Amino acid sequence: MEPLSWADILGRIFVQFTPVWIALVVVFAASIWFKRNLGLYGKLFDSTIGMIGFALVMFWVFTGIFGAMDMVVTHDALNQISVMKNKAPGTPVMGAGEDVYPYYLLGGDNLARDVFSRMVKGAWVVVQIAPLATLFAFMVGITLGLPAGFYGGRLDTLLSFLANLILAFPVILLFYLLVTPEIIATGIPNYMATCLFVFPLIFVAILLNSRYHTQPALRTPLLIGVLGVLGWLYLSLISEVGSKVQVIPGFLDLFDVPGGILVVFVSVVFVNSPTVFRIVRGLTMDIKTRDYVAAAQTRGEGPWYIMLWEILPNARGPLIVDFCLRIGYTTILLGTLGFFGLGLPPESPDWGTTINDGRRLLSIYLHPAIVPALSLLSLVLGLNLLADGLREESLKD
Amino acid sequence: MGLFILRRLWVMILTALALTYIVFFLTNLYPNLEKLAKSQGNFRMTDAQVETYLGNRGYLQSTPLKYAQWLGVAPGWVITGTDGETRARCAAPGAAAETATTFCGILQGNWGFSTVFKDGVGSIVATRLALTGKLMFWVMVLMVPSALLLGVLAGMREGTRTDRALSTVAITTTATPEYVSGVILIAVFSSSAVGLKWFKGTATSAMENATFENFFLPVLTIALYGMGYIARMTRASMAEVMTAQYIRTARLKGVSFPNIVMKHALRNALIAPFTVIMLQFPWLLNGVVIVETLFNYKGFGWTLVQAAGNNDIELLLGVSVVSVFVVLVTQLISDIGYVYLNPRISVS
Amino acid sequence: MKQVGCTPYARETQEMKDIYDGPILEIDVLSISFFTRLREIPAVMDFSVKVMPGEAVGLVGESGCGKSTVALGVMQDLGKNGRITGGTIKFKGRDLGQMSVEELRKIRGSEIAMIYQEPMASLNPAMKIGKQLMEVPMIHQGASEKEAYDRALQVVTDVKLPDPKRILDAYPHQLSGGQQQRIVIAMALMSEPALLILDEPTTALDVTVEASIVDLVKDLGRKYGTSMLFISHNLGLVLETCDRLCVMYSGEAVERGSIADVFDEMQHPYTQALFRSIPLPGADKNSRPLVAIPGNFPLPHERPPGCNFGPRCDYFEAGRCDQGTIRMRPVKGNDRHETRCLRFEEIDWNAPLAAAITKDKGMIGDVVLKMEDLKKYYEVSANALFGKSGETKVVKANETLSFEARESETLAIVGESGCGKSTFAKVLMGLETATAGQILLDNRNIESTPIERRDTKTIADVQMVFQNPFDTLNPSMTVGRQIIRALEIFGIGKTEADRRERMLQLLDLVKLPRAFADRMPRQLSGGQKQRVGIARAFAGDARIVVADEPVSALDVSVQAAVTDLLMEIQREKKTTLLFISHDLSIVRYLSDRVMVMYLGHVVELGTTDQVFSPPYHPYTEALLSAVPIADTRVKKKHIVLEGDIPSAMNPPPGCPFQTRCRWKSQVPGKLCETEVPPVRRMADGHQIKCHLSDAKFAEMEPVIEIAAE
Ligand SMILES: Nc1ncnc2c1ncn2[C@@H]1O[C@H](COP(=O)(O)OP(=O)(O)OP(=O)(O)O)[C@@H](O)[C@H]1O
Ligand code: SF4
Ligand code: SF4
Ligand SMILES: [Mg+2]
Repeated sequence: MEPLSWADILGRIFVQFTPVWIALVVVFAASIWFKRNLGLYGKLFDSTIGMIGFALVMFWVFTGIFGAMDMVVTHDALNQISVMKNKAPGTPVMGAGEDVYPYYLLGGDNLARDVFSRMVKGAWVVVQIAPLATLFAFMVGITLGLPAGFYGGRLDTLLSFLANLILAFPVILLFYLLVTPEIIATGIPNYMATCLFVFPLIFVAILLNSRYHTQPALRTPLLIGVLGVLGWLYLSLISEVGSKVQVIPGFLDLFDVPGGILVVFVSVVFVNSPTVFRIVRGLTMDIKTRDYVAAAQTRGEGPWYIMLWEILPNARGPLIVDFCLRIGYTTILLGTLGFFGLGLPPESPDWGTTINDGRRLLSIYLHPAIVPALSLLSLVLGLNLLADGLREESLKD
Repeated sequence: MGLFILRRLWVMILTALALTYIVFFLTNLYPNLEKLAKSQGNFRMTDAQVETYLGNRGYLQSTPLKYAQWLGVAPGWVITGTDGETRARCAAPGAAAETATTFCGILQGNWGFSTVFKDGVGSIVATRLALTGKLMFWVMVLMVPSALLLGVLAGMREGTRTDRALSTVAITTTATPEYVSGVILIAVFSSSAVGLKWFKGTATSAMENATFENFFLPVLTIALYGMGYIARMTRASMAEVMTAQYIRTARLKGVSFPNIVMKHALRNALIAPFTVIMLQFPWLLNGVVIVETLFNYKGFGWTLVQAAGNNDIELLLGVSVVSVFVVLVTQLISDIGYVYLNPRISVS
Repeated sequence: MKQVGCTPYARETQEMKDIYDGPILEIDVLSISFFTRLREIPAVMDFSVKVMPGEAVGLVGESGCGKSTVALGVMQDLGKNGRITGGTIKFKGRDLGQMSVEELRKIRGSEIAMIYQEPMASLNPAMKIGKQLMEVPMIHQGASEKEAYDRALQVVTDVKLPDPKRILDAYPHQLSGGQQQRIVIAMALMSEPALLILDEPTTALDVTVEASIVDLVKDLGRKYGTSMLFISHNLGLVLETCDRLCVMYSGEAVERGSIADVFDEMQHPYTQALFRSIPLPGADKNSRPLVAIPGNFPLPHERPPGCNFGPRCDYFEAGRCDQGTIRMRPVKGNDRHETRCLRFEEIDWNAPLAAAITKDKGMIGDVVLKMEDLKKYYEVSANALFGKSGETKVVKANETLSFEARESETLAIVGESGCGKSTFAKVLMGLETATAGQILLDNRNIESTPIERRDTKTIADVQMVFQNPFDTLNPSMTVGRQIIRALEIFGIGKTEADRRERMLQLLDLVKLPRAFADRMPRQLSGGQKQRVGIARAFAGDARIVVADEPVSALDVSVQAAVTDLLMEIQREKKTTLLFISHDLSIVRYLSDRVMVMYLGHVVELGTTDQVFSPPYHPYTEALLSAVPIADTRVKKKHIVLEGDIPSAMNPPPGCPFQTRCRWKSQVPGKLCETEVPPVRRMADGHQIKCHLSDAKFAEMEPVIEIAAE
């Protein structure tokens, strides 16, 4: 068989992505149709930049999801077909059976794996970890930033000192110290996870309690229900059979997170939270001077109600924007980790690791490194554009 | 002002102490020590052997005590080991334990000994830092003026086509981490696959003799990432200033547009980005590590990777002290500069 | 024309500028629109005005009617989305719209200058005052640095700033608001413009400072022979400063004429309604009740067909007023007096107001709230940014406050910025605790019970209405939810449905449609938001309501309605109202007793009549004289206070008012400078804190007199 021409390659890639295109078209059509009823999200569709960004982001999200369901990929991301080592894009798979896709669309890497499929699988790693880690960082940052900004004084001094401490730590050094097999063996990441992941629980508990404490009949069952579910999830997350933290028996443990992933997750949350903390603190200090906060105080609201129901909702604009930017930053961080071979297993298809693998032969074979590099670039670019679009739209009336 | 700097120094020292203690704690965890013992001694040691090896070399003391010794506020250990040999923390390598001084820590100017490079930490850090200094200098020379120019030009007339174009450039560079841009730059400008071969793909030779050919790519790689960020900050700040009432006042007073930008807007617009530039340093350090690894430039970042990868405790500590110090000093400079640029704040 | 006494310099430059004696500014059927994503917003339509040399023309109207847009149109500075869609603006006969950018630049600042509302925002924070001033002659006259400096020095002296050399070397933030505004005025006068546009130049300032700035502007206008376009929402101010007047409503000029004609022979229903909705401190509420204008100001894109004022007009005639465009028509017999009303000749302008239903005020009952020697001191670090170290200063925000308030009574607390009004409110609400003294609520001490430790009943009893309507409601919660939340917190209603019903009743109480319950605050106008704020305060049947300048941020036509609402609820619920305000007109209108504060001290306390007639405390006297009154019959004594209000951080020793008091010389010895004056009991319940002798008090004349007709 002949190698494919570039036009063929692009054509075939386009076809492979069919489920993604369909999903994108559906999302866009629905969103544009209902955009007047969708608040800030709807307004996004008034801004070209925002739409481009959103499209890029959703493209990778859908690619990740469908890739995880083995839909877009052409080969197994870990499977090596030795003849395909370092082959150029569009090379036919020699001696392939009936049920094997006949080409390596974007070539093979130096372990003779399909670059295209690895790229698609790599998207799944990012789509899984980055938003979730960012969300946790926000929970931590918000739960600590609100009281720091609201009360000020000693508490603020202390928390700000701690935040600055972490910020002064060069991120790379921190990762090198934290994300090593030796540290995982000591169980420190598990303990950190135990501390960091409890914040969402605290957050939700305070949120509901401050809102409904005037109606105990409603509040108590609500709290028990919600905290029960969250607590179980939390315990499943932190507890792992055979690690240092095993608090619930295995049969109750809903899912296990491998130590390597957990430590990556924890570190990313850890380095992101202080920045979120600072943003939330600043916003809180600004908003707490508003009259509606004073009005809430004069009717005797508790401090947490004021923080979570009067201040936080009105800080949402800048926070949403920062959330998008921060997912991008987290993606970059994940790549950095992969690039230094920290945390994720060496055969992992994530983009950072692939770039690191590919760069060794960069002067001869471009494609194994360039493909994941461009993927990462486009996703982060999309997130940045999305954030820009959101910022612009939220400022308009 | 003096008082303010004093207080800042106090916070700095506190931060540095806290951070080095964390590093100390993490590097001295038992699995790390075990790895160290095995790589220094031999890989087939049994657990018991590891223990005696470590015990004989003072590693099994309590962490606070070891930390105090490292600082130089507690007397260095002198241990007569199970093998009969007497070792002292403060003895020079190869010298007898009896010749050792009582204290030898940071405060005495003794930074310790690198197990990887077999050299004093002080001298390693100094030479490597000088190399990285050279890199950073050129990064700053390239990055700061171009970022400010980009930002001011874009923010000066918000929403115009120039603005859109420049902003897109800025956003793209912020979305490109060093390991992506570095890879792309190497691929385009130095790989045989593209064939341009304008620059060198490694910067090893730049350590002795930096030329445009072997040094431009690493400098550009670091500068690009930071540049977009600073440019966007400058743009936002400039755009905001341009809508301020006093700019309207100036315009309606008949000041020409170039003068409005230069005389009225610029100083106000630079206040915010200035702090940002300074606070960029911890991030730049990140970039330095990546780029030095990517281009095989054996500077400070490369040393950090080597030290961390081999759990070279004292070198790692030295590296952290220096990097934390750099970060904190830049923060201090940023505060002082902020006060200088912003007449509304006066330090008395 | 009033071109009097030119300085030699002025005459010289006057000759340099071309000799021209037609109208300085001639705006003809001007229309301006803003283009947003959704629609075109016609901000100004069919607007004409003429300013003759040396004349001061006032432009009055409510917020959003297009006053500033006209001003910016003249400056040709409408921003990216604003465009002149019709008509011309001629300056000295030349069409500004046809000028090139370069020509415009030459005119701006040298021939037309503008002064804005926010002085702090209009000065470059990072540039020294001197440099900002010197720039003007250097650009326009090509003056050397030396000449420019001399000129700056002279103008700064002209605007009566002390120590001009030091001021030229200062940064804007080192000056007070009043001083900054003087600098902005100086900057506008640097090159002796032919036309000065003032856009609400004093709105951000305190009344007494406002009075001195207005005085200055009048003097300088006369001295330099400058024509002025004076934009304001305050009819009283316009009366004091202008020769002619143009009333705007919803983008159009509705009436135009000389001050005397418009004030005394108004020919447009809107002008009339406007005058009827503002309280005059000379008149009392029974003889001249306030009449609010019904309805709301139409948004620019929701204007009715025909007459814009139609839906709110008492004289509306269907089939006539709601058809076609309505043109300005001259009023016969008056000089250049025009009105945009079809029926002005048919209306009987002198018909007396339909006799207002005089509602009986609720009987004043027992004492509910009593303050005794209340003190509140704050400790602040001397240096805010790098604080904490260094010495701390004590700010005496409230100094020995004593008074009592009874059921159904309105006690007004009057004073300018920094006098401690808000601190007092905070202490009463329990957001701060008192330093000394006591607050007795129903004979229970609450001065040191912070709000967290107050029981629900106490909290619900003492509630507050805030100043800024745009800030009192949480922007991300519906109106109904916010009121229901207050009900929840006060423990009212057993079920959600109960509370919803009660919330709807509260909306009825403040005369808002029940449909508003599901609206977000941003969908409400300022006055409506303030009503929601009032509803929320009364959620727990408050017995004491502290209203912190509840109407000062609202438009005049809405002010009257909200004021009336407050009084009505008070009548119904027998509420004790503590009405904080700096506006003496409104205070006179609604309060039973008045407490005047200055720098934390109560300087005068008494019934409304006692405070508004001599003997006065010297500060009350100045305050009364400073209030602009929109009534040509009123004769005021002219008292201008020198300087600014001292900062509460550095109060003067002795009498707090001694730095600005005009009576100080009448007190023998250095008493005023050294000793805090004692509280003097004048008549029954009337007290004044001053060293003046009884004889001097007896000499005092009333400040406001209504000339016999
Ligand atoms: N840049 C703009 N874009 C869109 N609409 C605008 C813009 N500027 C003003 N408008 C609208 O034009 C109308 C007139 O506004 P303008 O500022 O001239 O009123 P104003 O009489 O000066 O009010 P105020 O007393 O509050 O200063 C308002 O409805 C306003 O919302
Ligand atoms: S035209 Fe008609 S509606 Fe308009 S002001 Fe005159 S009487 Fe009123
Ligand atoms: S005490 Fe003296 S300074 Fe104070 S108000 Fe009376 S006369 Fe004026
Ligand atoms: Mg205006």
